Amino acid sequence: MTGPLLEIADLQVTFSTRRGRVEAVRGITLSLQPGEMLGLVGESGSGKSVTGFAVTGLLDKAGRITKGRILFRGQDVTKASAAEFRDLHGAAMAMIFQNPRAALNPIRTVGAQISDAILAHRRLSRHEALSEALDLLRAVQIRDPERRPNAYPHELSGGMCQRVMIAIAISCSPQLLIADEPTTGIDVTTQKVVMDLLARIAAARGMAAILITHDLGLAARYCRRVVVMEQGRLVEEAEPLTLFHSPQHPYTKRLVAASPTASSRVEDLVVGGDARPLVQGKELPPSAPGTPPLLDVQHIAKRFDDGTAAVADFSLTMVAGESVGLVGESGSGKSTTSRVICRLIDPTEGDILFDGYSIAKIPARDFHRSPSRKDIQIVFQDPNDSLNPRFTAFDCIAHPLIRLLGMRSGDALRRRVEECAERVGLPKDLLLRFPHQLSGGQKARVGIARAIACRPRLLVLDEPTAALDVSVQAVVLQLLDRLRREDNLAFLFVSHDLNVVRMMCERTIVLRGGVIVEQGESHTLFANPRTDYTRELVEAVPHIGSPPVLVPA
Amino acid sequence: MTHLGASSTLRHTVWVLRGNPVTAIAAAGTLALALVAIVGPALVAYDPVASDVPLALQPPSAAHWAGTDQLGRDVFSRLVVAARLDLAIAVTAVGISFALGAVIGSLCGYAGGRLDRVVGRFVDVLMAFPLFVLAMAMVAALGNRVENIVVATAIINLPFYIRFARAEVNVRRNLGWVESARACGDSHVSVVLRFLLPNVLPAMAVQISLNLGWAILNAAGLSFIGLGVKPPTPEWGIMVAEGARFISTGRWWLVAFPGLALMLAVLCFNLLGDGLRDILDPRMRT
Amino acid sequence: MGTIGATLIRATRRFVSSLPALFGVLVFTFLLMRVLPGDPAVFFASGPNAGKEEIEVIRKQLGLDKPMPEQLAIYLYDVGRGNLGRSMMTGQSVEKDLRERLPASFELTLTALLIALTSAVPLGVLAALRPGSLIDHGVRLFCSLGVCVPTFVSGLLLIYVFYYLLGVAPDPTGRVDVFATLPPSRTGFLVIDFLLAGDLDGWWAAIRQLMLPAFTMALFVIAPLARITRASMLVSLGSDFVRTARSVGLSRWRIVVTYALRNAILPVITIAGIVFSTMLGANVLVEKVFSWPGVASYALDALLVSDYAPVQGFVLLMATIFVIVNLLVDLVYGIADPRATVA
Repeated sequence: MTGPLLEIADLQVTFSTRRGRVEAVRGITLSLQPGEMLGLVGESGSGKSVTGFAVTGLLDKAGRITKGRILFRGQDVTKASAAEFRDLHGAAMAMIFQNPRAALNPIRTVGAQISDAILAHRRLSRHEALSEALDLLRAVQIRDPERRPNAYPHELSGGMCQRVMIAIAISCSPQLLIADEPTTGIDVTTQKVVMDLLARIAAARGMAAILITHDLGLAARYCRRVVVMEQGRLVEEAEPLTLFHSPQHPYTKRLVAASPTASSRVEDLVVGGDARPLVQGKELPPSAPGTPPLLDVQHIAKRFDDGTAAVADFSLTMVAGESVGLVGESGSGKSTTSRVICRLIDPTEGDILFDGYSIAKIPARDFHRSPSRKDIQIVFQDPNDSLNPRFTAFDCIAHPLIRLLGMRSGDALRRRVEECAERVGLPKDLLLRFPHQLSGGQKARVGIARAIACRPRLLVLDEPTAALDVSVQAVVLQLLDRLRREDNLAFLFVSHDLNVVRMMCERTIVLRGGVIVEQGESHTLFANPRTDYTRELVEAVPHIGSPPVLVPA
Repeated sequence: MTHLGASSTLRHTVWVLRGNPVTAIAAAGTLALALVAIVGPALVAYDPVASDVPLALQPPSAAHWAGTDQLGRDVFSRLVVAARLDLAIAVTAVGISFALGAVIGSLCGYAGGRLDRVVGRFVDVLMAFPLFVLAMAMVAALGNRVENIVVATAIINLPFYIRFARAEVNVRRNLGWVESARACGDSHVSVVLRFLLPNVLPAMAVQISLNLGWAILNAAGLSFIGLGVKPPTPEWGIMVAEGARFISTGRWWLVAFPGLALMLAVLCFNLLGDGLRDILDPRMRT
Repeated sequence: MGTIGATLIRATRRFVSSLPALFGVLVFTFLLMRVLPGDPAVFFASGPNAGKEEIEVIRKQLGLDKPMPEQLAIYLYDVGRGNLGRSMMTGQSVEKDLRERLPASFELTLTALLIALTSAVPLGVLAALRPGSLIDHGVRLFCSLGVCVPTFVSGLLLIYVFYYLLGVAPDPTGRVDVFATLPPSRTGFLVIDFLLAGDLDGWWAAIRQLMLPAFTMALFVIAPLARITRASMLVSLGSDFVRTARSVGLSRWRIVVTYALRNAILPVITIAGIVFSTMLGANVLVEKVFSWPGVASYALDALLVSDYAPVQGFVLLMATIFVIVNLLVDLVYGIADPRATVA
């Protein structure tokens, strides 16, 4: 067919919420050719997912298309009835969603679900539909396809669920596939496999696709064109390489700068940067001979009550002011290790020496009384649940001061809390707010302020920016780096994001299945990995500048 | 808890009530009920236990708003006086089971392990006894007195609070801010009692309110079948029991008015439960 | 084949794990009954005028002179053999009394449950399918009010309306007209037995007699069941997997029934089990209002004349029934939800 497959003209989508009307999409215009893969990139609140839902007619009940047209194959689908959409859904346009396991019916076998999709548009017998379902499972390259049709979603891994979703979506050969953040919640190595599969299937079947994502690198790798959205508006549209080497719009410039790549440095993450001058990396003063290292972890292991071994034989030494990264995929044991080290749980074996004194001997339930408690603090991953919802920001930061330093309410406490807030760049008037009244970035700052309030010497950071938007992450990473240099803090930085770890940490340890696979100086480790697993990890990370996986025309 | 003070809580309460008229009505109703229970008996026109047989079984009229019963007593006055007893039983029973259940449940949900398993078994056994059955057993064992009704109701509600608190704490146990409290120097027990319990309270407040309504119904039901409260004490359930004999001969007011009183009381508590949740949950504040 | 095997394993495991609860019930009742004021032996004898020797025999039988653990053992042995003592009121063994009266209670409760399920679930589903509509508001209003009305009040008011005002219902006393001839007892359920005996007049009379009490009891549980069905269905309809189903163009029927409803019914099954427990308790109220000759009114009458053996038997029976029902509900849930683990 000639002409664009999809044309969106001045689309406006409004939601009616408790707080009034919210404009999620404010007039965007774009078009998509048949067989083309378009990347739709934006942070939270950009309206990218809403656009996808508007096109497929799956908007939430509270949402409404208030203006504009969406022409699919020449027909305006903003006016389509439910019956018309039912014909289109699956046979002409399909969608795959964010959380693959939640997107599948938990009490229906995978084979039955795929058959349902097939039978919705074609007249076949159940038996024929099931055998086609099996063919589809083979096409999505799921392992042991014969065993899958009778499996339930909870028996499959996240990656397998996403493959099933893809199978369902392509079952009736749609012309348009919209993928809404298809790689969230999946490990980085599986992400690459799933995305490669998607690209290959789209090419083989001549499907046009829209990849909705917050990850610029991902879009760059798989899409021929990338469109950037901010606050419901389309701000820039270009080919990936052009976008990254010469972005035009200020937002795009910020986004590109903030997206960590193989060669990013912390200082460059924020365009315009922090007003305060970065403390230049100071040389660590040579410690007097014989001083014990700040942290000496000796062969710790952790086995849980049900027998599973989360960590085996982990050792690490750190000196004051050093930053060590701990990377691994889910199930690698990195979170468990970090919690053992900051003494929230007990190791089954091994010892931990802090400043030469054993802290593993003190059981976790009594550690809160030890004087070392204030020296080791932790910053958590999800700002949404790391702050007590009943505490104001002030209370959160004051909490360790009251409990660990014994400070009492009064001027001294207030001054100290305000000082911490200022150090992390949190405006004073926000101190009286509750967590649900703060943005993600502000909550992250409160969490950091709380962690540094007692001037600890070791800070364990458990995926501190994983739940943040890329631009916010950039600011927070710069903040963390500055704090480290100002206070001579040691960092144990746990993350699954290799680019971030490479920027923030001098040394990196790679964990897999609770065992150290490789460790060494960060840049060398990532540039020339020695083990296959590390190499696999490094190659799986999509970043700008790596050769794009182009779909043959 | 917070350094914000009571005045903002009051402001927030008013804001919630203004935006939610149903809750406001329910709150007003509950307050009215409490007032009736406290001062009502002093203000009624007729003596609730004085019988006046020639006036027996009169339908509602201007002099007797709810008619008279088989002994000529004014039904309305008895209704008002009965409020106190019914509310007292319900509030005491629910109070006891909530206090005990919340603490036990929270500790189980947080600690897990052997404590959790043992308490769980105990709860399973308790839950196998329907309320009325247990009340009958307790009355049989301990005597037909009001106190035993309160104890029976408290025991029957206990498993529910234990399970509820346990589930709520379990969900929150692994959240970042709980771990952070430990990192900031709090012991396990301190975390449970000072942080987890208050965060669980909003959800439990709704349950308490619903429970209060249920407890009133049960207290009335128990006295209806003759357990606990005995005539001539005015109590809504007893009044229905005494009036039941006359329903097949058309004297509806003896059953309808106490029934209406029960229904209104329970309705207020149920509607209030939802409103309470909005007030106590700081997430709702703007 | 595999699922049958898995279900059997699950059933056995569940049964085994409910044994401690059953044991706990027995022990609890035992302890409770030992706290009785006065001499338990007298209460378990055949009457207030039982001779001293008989009381002594009973005392020996109950082992009241022996240490507690041994008493417990004797008690458990007795219960196991079905010996629950004698009733002073009826003069028969408690076990026989309960056996005679249980079908009446069952007939009532099961009919009520049937009425409740067949009305509450469709109502809840309909309300969820048309949110904001008249039916939705109606169902929500009904649920809000329904949980507020005490069972005994609604029963009495139903009598007033249908018996006194409209004259449609029969005299609300008992299960069947005193002058009617009972059919030969096959199942104990009059509704079935009359049919089996071919006595249609009797069958109709029994049904009419059953209606008001069953409805009263059903009213008590329709509100919570409809409410949970509606809430559960709303959650189900708004879930991610229903959105996926829509995104591939499945028919409305398949989405609502196969995808949404089958998932929504799971919490309803659990709540139905809990609701059944309250029904067992509410039995007492309804049997009192309608003079229905079931086990609950039997126990209540016994209680009020200080005849305690029937009360103990009743308590044991009810708790055991509940544990068994829970087991069944659990099994049904396990079949309906493949995520439920075998353990």
